[in-house]
Amino acid sequence: MVLVSFVGLLAGWHLLVTWGAYDRFILPGPVDVWRQLLIVGGDGRLLKHSLITISELLPGLGIGLLIAMPLGYLLAKSSLAERLLSPYLIASQAIPVIAIAPLLTIWVRSTYWARVLVAVLVVFFPILINIIAGLRAVPAELYELMHSLQATRRQIFTKLEIPAALPILLAGLKVGATLSVIGALVGEFVQPKSQGLGYLLVTARYQFKTDLVFVVLITLSAIALVMYGLVALLEKRLLRWQASK
Amino acid sequence: MNVAFIIPHSSFIIFQMDAFLTAVQVEYIFEDGPLHVLTDISLSVPAGAFVALVGPSGVGKSTLLRLIAGLLRPSAGQISIANHPAHQSPNPVGLVFQRDNLMPWRTVTENVRLPLELQGKNDPSARRRVQKMIDLVGLAGFEQNYPAQLSGGMAQRVALARALVHEPPLLLLDEPFGALDALTRERMGQELLRIWQAMPVTVFMVTHSISEAVLLADEVLVMGGDPGNGRPAAITHRIPIHLPRPRQFQMQSAAEFQRHAAAIRAAIQQ
Repeated sequence: MVLVSFVGLLAGWHLLVTWGAYDRFILPGPVDVWRQLLIVGGDGRLLKHSLITISELLPGLGIGLLIAMPLGYLLAKSSLAERLLSPYLIASQAIPVIAIAPLLTIWVRSTYWARVLVAVLVVFFPILINIIAGLRAVPAELYELMHSLQATRRQIFTKLEIPAALPILLAGLKVGATLSVIGALVGEFVQPKSQGLGYLLVTARYQFKTDLVFVVLITLSAIALVMYGLVALLEKRLLRWQASK
Repeated sequence: MNVAFIIPHSSFIIFQMDAFLTAVQVEYIFEDGPLHVLTDISLSVPAGAFVALVGPSGVGKSTLLRLIAGLLRPSAGQISIANHPAHQSPNPVGLVFQRDNLMPWRTVTENVRLPLELQGKNDPSARRRVQKMIDLVGLAGFEQNYPAQLSGGMAQRVALARALVHEPPLLLLDEPFGALDALTRERMGQELLRIWQAMPVTVFMVTHSISEAVLLADEVLVMGGDPGNGRPAAITHRIPIHLPRPRQFQMQSAAEFQRHAAAIRAAIQQ
């Protein structure tokens, strides 16, 4: 089914370009894009820039997760912390990352870490929200059960809270994993220093190489799909019990 | 050996020296309200007894159960289990709620094992004990199933096995069969009696069903009051059930059974 729809999409695109009113350099056809893919794929440029973008988004996702987890736990468990911090967290989400990214590149000297930081900012919030939602969804009666069995704080954490919050946390990680691609790209847009898919995209646009722009976009989608797939795989392994339903 | 006391503002109480679960003039005030929920609750349950607590919805039955479980602390008075304050009981109580409250990510065996796991027991004898409990509740063959694959009655059996696996001296049941259909409910009542007779455990059960209370218990406590409207709840009646054991479901049609049920119904409506 997916294959059929994909072939249909390509065919429609091809027809639109062949009979459409746009020039090739404005809307390239699938054949042009394929040719360009072979060129940049063949000379190693695509791989080089992809690896740089991936090397930014992976730490971005990891650091975002590492910050969101303890903070999410704190916010879910302490109403005082929630009252103090959540207004700032929510307000910060109203600011588009693209607007503060230039500032970050000024504050953070290293081009690399500035880009990682932008990725962190993008993935952080959805993961945080899901951690809080996951912990809040733990039934009160299960806490009572653990207390009645005189479970320690640590046992409640490892044997109840982590496994109970895991499904919602992983759902958040799925969103975060795909967003991390956008995060790294935004970082590269504002700091396009001769490397990364974002740089490739910006230069291709300046040179009106729309076929190359398409190649970059397709590569980005592929990376996002792989990231999503990896989390889905992790989910399948960790949540084997959900398949039993 | 029974000793009688007269306590001011309290009904005439018999303290049994061999009493296992006792409550003395327990008050409970819900601080956030503030709402005076329970007043002057005194209880004395001998070891090995089966006591049922009945009363209107919202009267505070579950609150009393949570006080006994040590999940809440009395605002005044005290509750003790085998001479220890309820919240410091050296051997944790067994607890079963209306919902099975199984952990969906654990198999039947892993769910039943939980109390032993929390005590750090994972030796062969602990594993044998888990298997013995699964067999006792009739779930042999379902060890590796997840809760989502079980019927409501089966899940509640797992909850019962989990509540008893660490050999608690006291089993607390809060409407344990309330979510089951009528037939399953009757069968579970019989199962519970069988398990209770197979184990040295004292049972304290909250229920809405008068016939269930009469069929299972040695003594039925009736709770009355209306805490939501300024009348804190108290135990208004204690009704001993003089029916022979083993109790069978067919006893429900006997005149003696009906007489007990009518007495409880009248006590609740007072």
